Amino acid sequence: MKSFAKALVSAAAITAAFNAAPLQADPKAEVLHYWTSGGEAKAVKALQEAFSARGGEWVDAPVAGGGGDAQAAVLRARVLAGDPPAAVQIKGPNIQEWAEAGALADLSGVASAQNWDGVLPETIQNIVKYEGNYVAVPVNVHRVDWIWANPEVLAKVGAGVPTTWDEFNATADKLLAAGIIPLAHGGQPWQDATVFETVVLGIGGVDFYRKALVDLDMDALGSDTMVSVFDQMRKMRGYVDPDFPGRDWNLATAMVMRGEAAMQIMGDWAKGEFAAAGKVPGKDYICASTPSENGYLLNSDSFAMFNVKGDDLVAGQNLLAELILGTEFQETFNLFKGSIPARTDVPRTEFDDCAIKSMDDMVSAAEGGTLLGSMAHEIAQAGAVRGAFIDIATAHFNSDMSSQDAVEKLVKAIKLAQ
Amino acid sequence: MTRPPLKLTDRIARTLPQIVVAPSFALILFFVYGFIIWTGYISLTKSKMLPNYNLIGFRPYERLFQMDRWTVALENLFIFGFLFIFVAIVIGCLLAILLDQKIRAEGFIRTIYLYPMAISFIITGTAWKWIMNPSLGLETVIRSWGWESFSFGWTNSESMAVYALVMAAVWQSAGFVMALFLSALRSVDQDIIKAASLDGASPWKIYLRIILPSMRPVFMSAVVILAHLAIKSFDLVVALTGGGPGYSSTLPANFMYEMTFRRNEIGVGAASAMIMLATVAAIMVPYLYSELRGKKHV
Repeated sequence: MKSFAKALVSAAAITAAFNAAPLQADPKAEVLHYWTSGGEAKAVKALQEAFSARGGEWVDAPVAGGGGDAQAAVLRARVLAGDPPAAVQIKGPNIQEWAEAGALADLSGVASAQNWDGVLPETIQNIVKYEGNYVAVPVNVHRVDWIWANPEVLAKVGAGVPTTWDEFNATADKLLAAGIIPLAHGGQPWQDATVFETVVLGIGGVDFYRKALVDLDMDALGSDTMVSVFDQMRKMRGYVDPDFPGRDWNLATAMVMRGEAAMQIMGDWAKGEFAAAGKVPGKDYICASTPSENGYLLNSDSFAMFNVKGDDLVAGQNLLAELILGTEFQETFNLFKGSIPARTDVPRTEFDDCAIKSMDDMVSAAEGGTLLGSMAHEIAQAGAVRGAFIDIATAHFNSDMSSQDAVEKLVKAIKLAQ
Repeated sequence: MTRPPLKLTDRIARTLPQIVVAPSFALILFFVYGFIIWTGYISLTKSKMLPNYNLIGFRPYERLFQMDRWTVALENLFIFGFLFIFVAIVIGCLLAILLDQKIRAEGFIRTIYLYPMAISFIITGTAWKWIMNPSLGLETVIRSWGWESFSFGWTNSESMAVYALVMAAVWQSAGFVMALFLSALRSVDQDIIKAASLDGASPWKIYLRIILPSMRPVFMSAVVILAHLAIKSFDLVVALTGGGPGYSSTLPANFMYEMTFRRNEIGVGAASAMIMLATVAAIMVPYLYSELRGKKHV
């Protein structure tokens, strides 16, 4: 009740601050998103209800399919026509690009009223801020560098979840000898890139990851460390089954569940598959971070707020921003989606063990400066540069390219994409 | 000599066709040719996420041809296009000749061969993806029959994935080519054939020397139709191989989509679209030229 009253007061303050003239304007917001199925659709509905309960008029604009490609086309057309929606589900550097184009609204008012700086880790702040001002609201955090393991299968060769890459290779060799597929993997470019970035983080370390994949330092990209990253990728290729090309990630997860394969490297959306099959974390499956020095690769969805005209629209936008980062929605949404809240002060009682481990690791990684944006999932890089990384990672993984060649091609491709 | 003034009805009758055609003409002019020009313009700019109208010259084309993914896509187009057209015509032609032997239940068989054409490439691609999947398709079935060493993993092999595309595309289109040839075979003058057989020509010779050469226009239309199908192929790749393994089986249309809509590279995407247009034009223009010139002589 107290928080509700607080929220009301701050909402009033924001409304007053933003539309000095007509206070009676009813908040209204058009929301463009691609969460149209399963838990995500339920989560959006929860937000819609909270918005209506506060007197807002929600205009739903879902664009199904294409993992956001279709939505991007709609968004471009709307912005070029001068009629952008109030809130749009975009993430990572795309936020910066839209902000650079001058299309995003400034949310500093809500942000300071709600003390966003105090509850968001700095890495996430940097994603949703442009020139020091908030322009987008983070919804969740998915961790990418997870190993999902079947403990029974690992026990067959007397192994646990590996904590170093050497141990990973040793365990995988033992599994191979025992006729078990060590790594469940789907040969789609983004999945190859997901494994690639966890290997970069593990073999190269946090600083190397930052230099190579975030800052695009050419020396780091062309270094011997990168050669050994590709060497490890070549080994990983030996640990997947021959039928891997084109396989969807959830089918790979099912292989771990059924005990056909021992491990999968995938973000924590894989947890939803285990949960749907009624599996219990710790007992039927283990979630462990991939070997690294306390690194944490995050993928975070967010809503960017576009420049809208009209008091009702601005009021709606601010109300929406406040609700999205409110503890209540962060909890409901992330329970539906299987991710963890972007803010660090959400009650943990409802979350499962893997989520709690993820929250603990995120806090300690944020303190230790080892919290990093994922390249494969469009946080560290987007568009052309991300595409270039993915191209090389997948081309190397699916051919007999040498590590040296891969590094040379990588440097060339990244230069070309910049 | 003064002409009598036209009656109103005559005047309407004379202009009506133009009035009726005008809207669609205007729409095509704008939406097809207008946007071709727009795309051409954009391909010379530094457009990234949003279109940008400052010209920078041919830099997008330079970048395009430095991209390994594009080179692979272009190579694939030539392999895929050539094999697809060639194999579809050979198989279609053979089927048509076999069907032309006055066999029983011809209508029924013809329908079976023509039916794949009624299916979209997405369905064809998905079905063939399952058929060619080593662990649940043909390979497993044949191995379970006892041929243990049989292997058929084209979609999983970097070097063979393009040929998997050819196979599915030929399956889809060969029946259509057959229908084209069949109708042409039927329209060949029977008297010539009779005369040839009276002169003692074997059926084989009659086909090779008389019937097929007389069907040249049909060959041309088959090539043109199949060529444009090949160049704009997009959905088959998406459904069958997803462009993989890696990006070994992408085609230019997939490249264009990837750059324009996923990688914020509208300039490079537009440049690749222009190259595709040039490829189509390189095939179509000589054909149309020869066709139109030929008509005048008649």
